[in-house]
Amino acid sequence: MAALDVSGLHKTYGDTEVVAGLSFTVEPGTCFGLLGPNGAGKTTTLRLCLGLTAPASGSITLGGHVIPADAQAARAKVGVVPQFDNLDPDFTCAENLLVFGRYFGLKDADIRPRIPQLLEFASLAGKADARIATLSGGMKRRLTLARALVANPDIIFLDEPTTGLDPQARHLIWERLKKLKSAGKTLILTTHFMDEAERLCDRLIVIDHGRKIAEGSPRELIATHIEPQVIEVFDESCGQLPDFTENHRHLADRVEQSGETAFFYCRDPQPLLTALADADGLRYVHRASNLEDVFIKLTGRELRD
Amino acid sequence: MSAAPAVTRPDLFGFLPVWQRNFLVWRKLALPSILGNLADPLIYMLGLGYGLGAMLPEIDGQPYIAFLAAGTICASTMNAATFEALYSSFSRMHVQKTWDAILNTPLGLNDVVAGELFWAATKSFFSGCAILIVITAMGLTNGPTALLILPAIVLTGLAFAALGLIWNALAPSYDFFMYYFTLFITPMTLISGVFFPTDQLPGWLAAIGGWLPLAQGVALIRPLLAGQWPADALIHIMALLATTAIAFTIALRLTRRRLLK
Repeated sequence: MAALDVSGLHKTYGDTEVVAGLSFTVEPGTCFGLLGPNGAGKTTTLRLCLGLTAPASGSITLGGHVIPADAQAARAKVGVVPQFDNLDPDFTCAENLLVFGRYFGLKDADIRPRIPQLLEFASLAGKADARIATLSGGMKRRLTLARALVANPDIIFLDEPTTGLDPQARHLIWERLKKLKSAGKTLILTTHFMDEAERLCDRLIVIDHGRKIAEGSPRELIATHIEPQVIEVFDESCGQLPDFTENHRHLADRVEQSGETAFFYCRDPQPLLTALADADGLRYVHRASNLEDVFIKLTGRELRD
Repeated sequence: MSAAPAVTRPDLFGFLPVWQRNFLVWRKLALPSILGNLADPLIYMLGLGYGLGAMLPEIDGQPYIAFLAAGTICASTMNAATFEALYSSFSRMHVQKTWDAILNTPLGLNDVVAGELFWAATKSFFSGCAILIVITAMGLTNGPTALLILPAIVLTGLAFAALGLIWNALAPSYDFFMYYFTLFITPMTLISGVFFPTDQLPGWLAAIGGWLPLAQGVALIRPLLAGQWPADALIHIMALLATTAIAFTIALRLTRRRLLK
């Protein structure tokens, strides 16, 4: 049985169709990514899956429960790390976990022994009596993750879990999420950090304007949608880039121009690298293409607000 | 990590952990909170009761301070429930997003709003009781009927908690609550017999006042404080219960439209 099964999901706000016929399945014990630019419908999709808003049409099954009819029963075995921290500022770390466990109907006697383990898992041992205001952004995120685990859920929803964190804090969260996955938990993750998705997700879908525009493993998506090598060429204020791009376009499979940078996507980068060696006033970076290139190819370079 | 503890929660008591959460926060600040809720009404009661009361004749056979004491219990119960259901609930719902966090658990919005209802009523009960204790210490109670004031405070607090939650569900910001006080709470306080008997008012205004929820509380609590059985007690009790039930239903529906759309 799938951990989450979504089929033909539609959601409309006024005249805007925020989710427009979305279908996907998440297998238990895997990490599933829901990717898309701002406003693509990621958070709305998560809210629909949790039964926090009713779909216009379509069906959702979460942990064997039909959503939204049986959402409260489904949420008993689900943990949620929301996009914005909503820890209780009046409580200490330990109290936050205790009070949250009570919402799941757990007895204090069952929650209290778990609190040190949960704090340990979140690398917050020794912070049991610390007030929320004294925690850093990374600590708050980790406590929010620990809080989501208080009732030992099978499925964990994470809405942009590392947005706003420094690299150390992000790596720690990633490491913990991998640990959860190897413990057999199902992770459902929204993010717009492609390296995060590439590292964590077994499968992912890219959505835009409420529609699924790609699906697969990170590797499959890169192999299917994009050339394996990228050379980014920057103009160093000499104005040579337009000419260079025009004259060497044939050396790449695809060229994209964005501001002062040209992206040459190619299978064989050698001829272009040779040409660049002779070009004064241009700088370049040569790298393997990644999920971000796929994402940008699929969703475009325009800013989303 | 240890195995999952069994999840056992009777649905009927889903509001309880929400109530407990608010109680735990309150417990950390209990003393300043009680003193704060006590000081303002007591200053009014003593200042007006003795200052103004010295110039007044007896009202319904009791000194003005005793008349005002009953009104003060009702008004401070109303105010405590209203403040909690407006400002504090709004902080939890809109600013701290505490309700959003709770809605990610097996609890539903009905549990959250009911938890807030019972909590605001509880807090107003503390407030009303604190006033009652001071009044008792001043020798203004008359016999054991005063004990029945306790359930009357609960009923009054519930009604105003539920009414406040309607306004909370509609509020775009804290500023919006000022309208509730200037358009509803303050005029009601003046025409419900808190400070003076309503027969001083024009007949039509007294009639309106008599229908308002604060007047129901006053009609129960003033005779009980004077050692008498309230006339039409059942009608006032039913009126407060009906206000609570109807206002809660509306508040829940409006909050659902606001948060779960």
